Amino acid sequence: MGVEGERPGFLTSRLSDGIAWARKWSLFPYPFVTACCGMEYMSVSSAHYDLDRFGAAWPRFSPRQADMLLVVGTISQKMAPVLNRVYEQMCEPKWVVAFGVCTCTGGFYDNYATVQGIDRIIPVDCYIPGCPPRPETVLDALMKLQAKIQKQHHELVGPVRSA
Amino acid sequence: MTDTPIDHPVLMQLREQFGTAIVETHEFRGDVTAVVQAASYHAAVRFLRDDPVCDFDFLADLTAVDRLKLKQKPRFEIILHLYSRARNARFRLKTRPESDHDPVVASVVDIYPAANWPEREVYDMFGVRFEGHPNLKRILLYEEFAGHPLRKDYPVNKRQPLIPERPLSDDRPGMLF
Repeated sequence: MGVEGERPGFLTSRLSDGIAWARKWSLFPYPFVTACCGMEYMSVSSAHYDLDRFGAAWPRFSPRQADMLLVVGTISQKMAPVLNRVYEQMCEPKWVVAFGVCTCTGGFYDNYATVQGIDRIIPVDCYIPGCPPRPETVLDALMKLQAKIQKQHHELVGPVRSA
Repeated sequence: MTDTPIDHPVLMQLREQFGTAIVETHEFRGDVTAVVQAASYHAAVRFLRDDPVCDFDFLADLTAVDRLKLKQKPRFEIILHLYSRARNARFRLKTRPESDHDPVVASVVDIYPAANWPEREVYDMFGVRFEGHPNLKRILLYEEFAGHPLRKDYPVNKRQPLIPERPLSDDRPGMLF
């Protein structure tokens, strides 16, 4: 690359911005679909809403090739370790979107079987409320995630840090 | 619920066979129910299947009720929904395990193999033990789960700890039952 290391300074900060720009426009989602929100995910990923405008249309069905974990639907206590495993299988950099109120807080499943929000298991970057969320809400969340990625500090190798 | 004798061939057969062990009977819109003492439960189920008049060869459902809030004793009630394919007739048999702290009834898996998973579910959700069940362990919940969530004294908002990931193989690989 011609860049020796990543020392603080003018060039490094510009490099971080460039990587952020590249990463935020090429999010590869991994849809972890467990419930009815999946229908709304299918709707939002269809041509009508055109996720390709954001470079996030191509779902990778292997967590190792994805950098945006879309958790779509209720996560039960028994599903929680599976979700954790999928998250750990993803390579850095990675972002997590909680899609729908069940993933945010457990929703109306205030009961013995449901995890009360996936942030009890894995860190979440963006929460989308709604039962299910409107596709416009999802697009809004995607743009907010892009804005967040742009603000973060990126290096060529290694995890993303908050700027 | 009434305790007046109902003129129904299956009930007459049951009464003739088990006498006072039939605690209670009632009929609702043509559907007949009998409550049998826990001690005679297993024999009554076998009788209902094998007797030619009854001939209930199909176990449609096996479930339970926690009657804690109904202020009724004993607390738990096991309910069997039986069906006769030959006669196109249905029947409900109930039994009430005597103990409220450690409810136990006989398993009917040896009579109806279909009772295997429903009995495990009742054990899982209500904590009723089925004596003689070939593999009585939780079917829907996990080993670390404390308590039985469909009991009326289980708090709605009670949270259980998160569980670790399990290996894919069961403790009895290839053994569904």
